[in-house]
Amino acid sequence: MGMIFSLVAVIFLAAIAFMGAKLNLFGLFGVAIPYLAVLVFIAGFIRKVIKWGQSPVPFHIPTTCGQQKSLPWIKQSKLDNPSTTLGIIGRMALEVLLFRSLFRNLKTHRTDGGPVYGSNKWLWLGGLAFHVTFFVVFIRHLRFFTEPVPAWVNTLDVVDGFVQVGVPHMLITGVVLLAAATYLLLRRIFNPQVKYISLPADYFPLFLIIGIAVSGILMRYFIKVDIIKVKELTMGLATFKTTVPDGIGGIFFIHLFLISVLFAYFPFSKLMHLGGVFMSPTRNLANNSREVRHINPWNPKVKLHTYEEYEDEFREVMKSEGLPVEKE
Amino acid sequence: MRIGLLLSEKKHEIAKTWFDLIVETYPQDTANFLKTQKNRFGNPVGFTISEGIDAILGELSGELDLARVSPYLDNIIRIRAIQDFTPSQAVGFIFLLKKVIWEALASEIRKNQLFDELLVIESQIDQLANVSFDMYIACREKIYKLRANELRNRTSRILKMSNMFKDTEAEEKDTAGF
Amino acid sequence: MAIKPKPNELLSGINYKPPLKQWMDEPVEFKKGYYCYGAKPKNLEYIGFPNGREWNSSEQDWKLVDNWKEIFLEGMENLLKKFRSFRLFMDICVRCGACADKCHFFIGTGDPKNMPVLRAELLRSIYRRYFTVAGKLGKIAGARDLTEDVFKEIWYYYYQCTECRRCSVFCPYGIDQAEITMMGRELINLLGCCTDWISGPLANCYRTGNHLGLQPHTIKSNFDYMLDDLEEHTGVRVEPTFNRKGAEILFVTPSADFFAEPGVFTCMGYLLLFHYLGLDYTWSTYASEGGNFGLFTSNEMMKRLNSKIYAESKRLGVKWILGGECGHMWRVLHQYMDTMNGPADHLEAPVSPITGTRFDNAKSTRMVHIAEFTADLIKNGKLKFDPSRNDNLNVTFHDSCNTSRGMGIFEEPRYIINSVCNHFHEMPDNTIRENTFCCGSGSGLNAGEIEELRMLGGLPRAHAVKYVKEKHGVNMLSCICAIDRAVLPPMIDYWMPDVGVCGVHELVGNALIIPGEKERENNLRGEPLPGMEEKGEEE
Repeated sequence: MGMIFSLVAVIFLAAIAFMGAKLNLFGLFGVAIPYLAVLVFIAGFIRKVIKWGQSPVPFHIPTTCGQQKSLPWIKQSKLDNPSTTLGIIGRMALEVLLFRSLFRNLKTHRTDGGPVYGSNKWLWLGGLAFHVTFFVVFIRHLRFFTEPVPAWVNTLDVVDGFVQVGVPHMLITGVVLLAAATYLLLRRIFNPQVKYISLPADYFPLFLIIGIAVSGILMRYFIKVDIIKVKELTMGLATFKTTVPDGIGGIFFIHLFLISVLFAYFPFSKLMHLGGVFMSPTRNLANNSREVRHINPWNPKVKLHTYEEYEDEFREVMKSEGLPVEKE
Repeated sequence: MRIGLLLSEKKHEIAKTWFDLIVETYPQDTANFLKTQKNRFGNPVGFTISEGIDAILGELSGELDLARVSPYLDNIIRIRAIQDFTPSQAVGFIFLLKKVIWEALASEIRKNQLFDELLVIESQIDQLANVSFDMYIACREKIYKLRANELRNRTSRILKMSNMFKDTEAEEKDTAGF
Repeated sequence: MAIKPKPNELLSGINYKPPLKQWMDEPVEFKKGYYCYGAKPKNLEYIGFPNGREWNSSEQDWKLVDNWKEIFLEGMENLLKKFRSFRLFMDICVRCGACADKCHFFIGTGDPKNMPVLRAELLRSIYRRYFTVAGKLGKIAGARDLTEDVFKEIWYYYYQCTECRRCSVFCPYGIDQAEITMMGRELINLLGCCTDWISGPLANCYRTGNHLGLQPHTIKSNFDYMLDDLEEHTGVRVEPTFNRKGAEILFVTPSADFFAEPGVFTCMGYLLLFHYLGLDYTWSTYASEGGNFGLFTSNEMMKRLNSKIYAESKRLGVKWILGGECGHMWRVLHQYMDTMNGPADHLEAPVSPITGTRFDNAKSTRMVHIAEFTADLIKNGKLKFDPSRNDNLNVTFHDSCNTSRGMGIFEEPRYIINSVCNHFHEMPDNTIRENTFCCGSGSGLNAGEIEELRMLGGLPRAHAVKYVKEKHGVNMLSCICAIDRAVLPPMIDYWMPDVGVCGVHELVGNALIIPGEKERENNLRGEPLPGMEEKGEEE
């Protein structure tokens, strides 16, 4: 149900953009909405991060995934159980760039000796492919917002098109992005565990991103749009000298509108894991809590049962067993 | 027995159907996870059931040796005994095999008039059910015993010290941790 | 063919449930043997917890206070403000499912609401509904109203989590269900719905310093009894001191180690070791409990119970503290104690008086794990062992959740075991160390009334033990956790009898050669040593 709802919602959004283009609402869909979306994104993102930041980290709770630092002759697992800032940077880099934790994923296999918990890297591979290609595609789009286009962005394009298939050259990241997003979606549909836990909020961003990728690919290879005019519009957005060129083609506005929706939706959704992953106290704290005291800003005053109260209650029996007491 | 041959020929199909039927005795949510082909061995419960099925079918198609098949049967019962089933539900899965075998082999049995042999197989299944019931009761008794022992072991030293159960000292040895 | 009965009829008792619904539409069903008894009012009252009352968790009416909903939501808001972990973990889960099949309760029960992600969603749905804008849209936004049934569902499943953190290892954002369970239980405690099994030890521990409520004289006489046994087996009379001022070291261990089997045998190991070393140390009857049920009740309760350790070390004037083998005790000592009750300025940075080794990793908290302490002794050649005394044992090691994923103590106990035993075999790779499977009874779930749940929760661990038993003939499961020592014996006994459970220092005590000891014929359990069986029979 969540899936159908999300699919319909994305189709509906695409239809709105298409109607907008048909009705020549270029100013609204080409300028106003993208600006608004970016604004909502920035403000919402900052607001959320501040909100997280306002809640302190009262306790030192890293999840340790390797040997601790203890005696000098015992080899510490410096990345999976770091005790220094450098180690933390390493752990976070592995987590953010290479999805270290997903790499651990296990799956049960049947063997003659019993069930064995073997490695399962598909989710890791799919997730990593999805995020890396998404990032590259995002960077590639800088050429629409810069003039002259920096050399490294052009180089990226060339590298991306290394397979040299089709005219213009097929960019491998776009295809991989679509494939990876589709894999993540199919996983939600066909893996019963994942299906059971999935909410509309899980399908919606996937459909949205698939919609963006499909409209982008269509635009590049099949339903060509006037790229000069597109760049005119995007440069206008980037330089705040907005222009609304005529006759770009409806598919572009679908693409742009879905991106706008993604931006605006971002801060209110699970997509905020982009910011959250850096703030996760089980990952970004060094396992040195016995070495350096962690401060809890709201360390509560609590009622204690003191030794004096204890001795008062048990003095006689303590004396009878020869246990030392403070007061005779 | 010719029916034994038929059984081993269709072992794969029978095993699959029986597995699915057993899994359907679980609440729907749980069953969905246990059943999906891909996740069939994704947990010890599914694994134990399917391992047991293979062993039992292997035995039925030859000479039924209860001593050989018991450990596998026991593995399944041991799980079902603590899964909030009534006793009849916990051991009843054995009888499902009759249905599965009949449905898989009915035409062959009719054609070759193997009803006598079917009767043998079915009485073997009844035997398995009998044993299963004993196993179920043993498991439940074990749970109650563990529960009682646990309470005692937690304070065993103090109880021992006060000689509260001198008489059961010998009996306690075998449950005190080994 | 009329001769065939419809086999399904034989199973008339089975309900075929309606097709799979969304989880929110599936009301909670309390299964017998899967949930604990409710807390008694007198225990809650003693520790000053609110809303205690006579109630029964198996009845329909839980007698919640009228404004329970406000209390719950206010409490939630409060916790969101206090814990970044909570707010963050409510916000950033993408429901990738990597954690789903990592939970031993999910693996054992197959109940989908035992997937860590869904257990968290039970609370997240409330968070969305009352604390986010989108949540006002209701179900489509993954939100739902807080009703009594929803509260019961949270209660039911938050006491089916042992806070073992295995899910957290696999989560790409480090979302830790243990942390969320702690928050959920804080809320549950606001409504006086603690379990009996947790609230009893809490009250006992607050009053007498230990879970069982043992008074000081009982502890003392119980030790004397243990020392008699020890003398009988080893010929050595050990004379520990209690509440002694001026000792160099305070030793704290879970109280189960001195009154429950097989914990006592581990305790005998400590006693022999300290005696051999001539260690200047003392036990305390006031701080006679290392374990801390506050960890899975509320952060304030954890602080209140934990405070006794520093307070006692100050009163006695010791230099530093040594801690025995325990899981959740060490999570508290390692990750919480210094923050809650420090700084420990009255103590000194720990230095082993035997080897001179400075424990720099504990220089602020000033408390050392006994496995660190003993490993250092062995490395420096300070101990003499006869490992053949453990030759009847084929040992494997169970990493306890808390010391594994909340500390990372893996090599120290293995080093010790390999020094005192000749036969050691690891369980399969992905079931040990940071991937270790829980005993199924941690975080206050070792109650007798949920034996069934605990057995199922222990199934993955049992399977791994079975594997090494069949492959290598393992007959002893060693561990460094008192809960393990209490709950693994029945769990192992149910799934595959004939594997024992012991603490690492029991093995140390068996192998340690002590000057002046008699020729040992028995191990610490009073069973004949290898090669001594016949002698035992003659007697």
